[in-house]
Amino acid sequence: MVKLLWLIPILPLLGAVINGVFGKRLPKHVVAGIAAGSVAGSFLISLAAFFQMLQLPETELPIVQNYFMWIQAGRFQAQFGFLLDHLSGLMILIVTGVGLLIHIYSAGYMSHEPGFYRYFAYLNLFMFSMLTLVLANNYLLMFVGWEGVGLCSYLLIGFWFFKKSAADAGKKAFIVNRIGDFGFIIATILIFWTFDSVDFQAVFSRLENATLFPVETLGTVGTVTAICLLLFVGAAGKSAQIPLYVWLPDAMEGPTPVSALIHAATMVTAGVYMVARSAALFDHAPGALLVVAVIGTFTALFAASIGLVQTDIKRVLAYSTVSQLGYMFMACGVGAYAAGVFHLMTHAFFKALLFLGAGSVIHGMGGMQDIRKMGGLRHHMPWTFRTFLIGSLAISGIPGLAGFFSKDAILWAVWNSENYGKLLWTIGIITAGFTSFYTFRLVILTFFGKPQYTEHDVHHVHESPVSMLAPLVILAILSIIGGYVGIPAALGGHNNIEAFLGGEEAGESSAEMILMLVSVAVAFGGMGTAYLFYVARPDLPDRVASSVHAMYTILVNKYYIDEIYNVTVVRPILRSSREFLWKFIDTGIIDGTVNSVGQVVRATGSGLRHIQTGYVRTYAGWILFGGVLMIVWFLR
Amino acid sequence: MDVITANILTIIAFTPAVGAVLILFFNSAKIRSIRMFAFVITLLTFVFSLHLVTYFDSRVAEFQFAVNVPWIPSLGVHYELGVDGISLYLVLLATVLTPLAMLASWSIASRAKEYFIFMLLLETGMIGVFVSLDLFLFYVFWEVMLVPMYFLIGVWGGERRIYAAMKFVLYTMVGSVLMLVAIIALYFLNGNATGTFTFSYPQIMAALASNSLVIAPGIERALFLAFFLAFAIKVPLFPFHTWLPDAHVEAPTAGSVLLAGVLLKMGTYGLVRFSLPLFPHQSQLFAPMISFLAVAGIIYGALVAMVQPDLKKLVAYSSVSHLGFIVLGIFSFTTQGMEGAVYQMLSHGVSTGALFLLVGMIYERRHTRMIADFGGLAHKMPVYAAFFLIVTLSSIGLPGLNGFVGEFLVLLGTFGVSRSLAVFAALGVILSAVYMLWMYQRTFWGEVTHEHNQTLRDMNRREYAMLVPLLALIVWMGMYSNHFLRPMDASVAKLINQVQSRDVQVADQNDR
Repeated sequence: MVKLLWLIPILPLLGAVINGVFGKRLPKHVVAGIAAGSVAGSFLISLAAFFQMLQLPETELPIVQNYFMWIQAGRFQAQFGFLLDHLSGLMILIVTGVGLLIHIYSAGYMSHEPGFYRYFAYLNLFMFSMLTLVLANNYLLMFVGWEGVGLCSYLLIGFWFFKKSAADAGKKAFIVNRIGDFGFIIATILIFWTFDSVDFQAVFSRLENATLFPVETLGTVGTVTAICLLLFVGAAGKSAQIPLYVWLPDAMEGPTPVSALIHAATMVTAGVYMVARSAALFDHAPGALLVVAVIGTFTALFAASIGLVQTDIKRVLAYSTVSQLGYMFMACGVGAYAAGVFHLMTHAFFKALLFLGAGSVIHGMGGMQDIRKMGGLRHHMPWTFRTFLIGSLAISGIPGLAGFFSKDAILWAVWNSENYGKLLWTIGIITAGFTSFYTFRLVILTFFGKPQYTEHDVHHVHESPVSMLAPLVILAILSIIGGYVGIPAALGGHNNIEAFLGGEEAGESSAEMILMLVSVAVAFGGMGTAYLFYVARPDLPDRVASSVHAMYTILVNKYYIDEIYNVTVVRPILRSSREFLWKFIDTGIIDGTVNSVGQVVRATGSGLRHIQTGYVRTYAGWILFGGVLMIVWFLR
Repeated sequence: MDVITANILTIIAFTPAVGAVLILFFNSAKIRSIRMFAFVITLLTFVFSLHLVTYFDSRVAEFQFAVNVPWIPSLGVHYELGVDGISLYLVLLATVLTPLAMLASWSIASRAKEYFIFMLLLETGMIGVFVSLDLFLFYVFWEVMLVPMYFLIGVWGGERRIYAAMKFVLYTMVGSVLMLVAIIALYFLNGNATGTFTFSYPQIMAALASNSLVIAPGIERALFLAFFLAFAIKVPLFPFHTWLPDAHVEAPTAGSVLLAGVLLKMGTYGLVRFSLPLFPHQSQLFAPMISFLAVAGIIYGALVAMVQPDLKKLVAYSSVSHLGFIVLGIFSFTTQGMEGAVYQMLSHGVSTGALFLLVGMIYERRHTRMIADFGGLAHKMPVYAAFFLIVTLSSIGLPGLNGFVGEFLVLLGTFGVSRSLAVFAALGVILSAVYMLWMYQRTFWGEVTHEHNQTLRDMNRREYAMLVPLLALIVWMGMYSNHFLRPMDASVAKLINQVQSRDVQVADQNDR
């Protein structure tokens, strides 16, 4: 099956091409069948390849397959080739597995859409790009997937392109991602000029030469640090970190399954994957690692704080995603890549679950997304409720569920970091409290209490069909058991996942046990506060909001970041391009000069025309004048 | 076969001209047969040009399929043709785009006979420029191609066609006249130094290489600048670009396609073929300044493109930006930069050619090119919207499509020489996404707001026939760049060698 590695991305690509070209004429179930079937095929091959890989001895890893030379010029070479190792093996399972569930879910969710075939073509194209990103064996091919997923994100956010807000959001996502991609491409170029290759294995093996590439000291920016910082610009764009996170909340304009797949489970984790893939580089650049840790930590807190007050069910989840991605970078930033990828995996399960659950709610409520107008839905949507609750418990870090183990792994690694570890841990734990609060605020407002909607707004609230519920149930199970691959030593486990991904575990320690208790207490604390605010004392939210009015306004308006970008970047560029560059420089100065040269020539010409009078006496006069001039010249 | 191979360049270059002469015998009322005949002629030319690709030997750096016969013996003018790895695919670019431009001319009704004659003459001029090895002959083709373009814009153009046509010709003439002076100077310098008065580029190069012709630095600079100005205007390099938006906007669709697709490449081709090898030392001296202008053009063109209300103008300014990449790559003097530049020439021809074809289609339907007059077109013309999207993505350099390969290689090569230039140039990559996607959004997304757009029909078969070949090229060039890059290797290596080694010799002489 390892030999069929190339089929993993190619099958969805075929699906995309077939649905894109012929889908309009095909019945919907055929379209969905082609799309989901191709992903199912990829999933099966991935599974087989994964287990086959596990049988192989370590020395035979990674498995590398080059298919053809993609770009070559001089010494530069970029193959079209794939690399399978533990990291990419785990990723393809997550991507194809979650992807398959979301394809199935979409068949139900999107069943009334006129652009059904278009949707599935894009979704399949996304799978192709994401799998290429993950399997690529060099930075440039990774960039193909990297921009490819950005493109699909653009197309899917703008799926309802007739809505201006959706079209704007799609464009914004692409452009902000491009700013990140700028970092990625410059990093790739710098990698080539530094290591004479962009191939992962070649680059990482050359790094082992300690005399050429010593670990750079904290506080200086050497070449490797520069490379890592540039790569992180790319990661910050794709994985929505400060200051490039602004596109992700807007991306919620897309259909909800898209939010689940692309803007929660897979694409946005590409940055984390890329950093983990480049671990060898980052390990040589402690300065860059610190930047990653700090940005990750602050993004986690910052986004969670916005999430506290949002009222759109998807936007709460979007800010939550930004925040959780921050956790993953926090882990990478302290060198705990395995913990970061572990959280990437559990997050893929429970966040996809939460988004699909939200989608089920929105579907059942006929498009309603405002949580203030929901309430009491647990009676109408029992399965959605149960699964959503499991997802919420998982993200909040309640012991026994997936999120608990991965978050604990991160916080423990951060605590042990020598660079501001305790400070970062403190922020991390505050964020954990926020997380649990906003999640249960969401759960309570949506599923508990009395209905806040009227029959006039929403008719016939209903549970979703089986094709939508089945993926929810599977993801709920994964959200519970997904963590047991990484039981920490403190709880008597072996943390298989970290060993699998080559991470080093800090070892058993009573300190870990204490920290774990603290974070569990914080999780329950957040939950309790949500209960207090929205069940026991429903007057409290308003009173708190008015007592810290300024802070509340800032949070509701998301720190005004979009407005600030608009005023400081977007509008000045547009204005100066139009008024200064185009109208003044181009039309005024350059063209003005050209045209005035033209006018001078023309004026001179029409002036000189008067010499041509046609009178013989005038010409005779000129000849005489010229003759005299010549005589004077020769006699001088 | 040998007879064909020996004369293949002549056949390719003059098939369209012969076709033009034959059209003279057509009844000018029979528009349908005239245009079909013209189309078939260009197709035939394309088929002939495939011979080049088939029999081209990638290992050889020298000119292939060479022809050399005296033309005006008293002046030492030769009919000397040949292609190497750099010009090979440029010839193909011309022979591929011309038939498509013919298809885009189907609606030409007034003076169709003259129109198609000019189109065919234009093709001969374009191909001639890329295959001429005699400087005099090169200059003849260079000027010959101006004439049909002048009439295409001036007669079949838009409202301000006369202004645009005049501007196009005068701008170009300013540069070319200086180049003519430089060519003649080179002729006499070489003649006086070696005793052989010739315009033959290979012979002059040989004289330079053997040091039998040594040009004093002051004169060399003047000659370099004269050539450079001619090419820079043609490219057009910022700030010599203002003829371009006007010419593009006023030209008929086919004119824009060939103008952007092929004619602009004559400038960059000239830089590669003549400026660098003839004047390596001056090229190196001026490289920082020229690269700066190139990067300025990349960013400037992109920013100005962003605020254009007119689709054609937007594409025109985007060309200024893209052509900046080509010049930047050429003056990096690195293998990657140079191959990237040549690749970008082909790639820009394909993408921008396709963009102008697309804009032409919507113009034919609505008789406007203003972005504000559209919006929501994706509802009415889904297939057109899909094609437009793919071409847009190719133009913004999405990896996997053609535009990325050239841009990336140029950035890669430039970075090896100057990091800051490469970083600033890469900003252009962000900006291209901004202006293209914003344009796409305003044109295709949203609701249909204009009544006239309600009844638009989607693409017809002829339009498919125009775009499908270009789309295939877009994907092909994006995925299998080897097919196009490998034939360049030997010639590019030789060129870089010429620039570098001759530079050392000249520097030595200056030291003495």
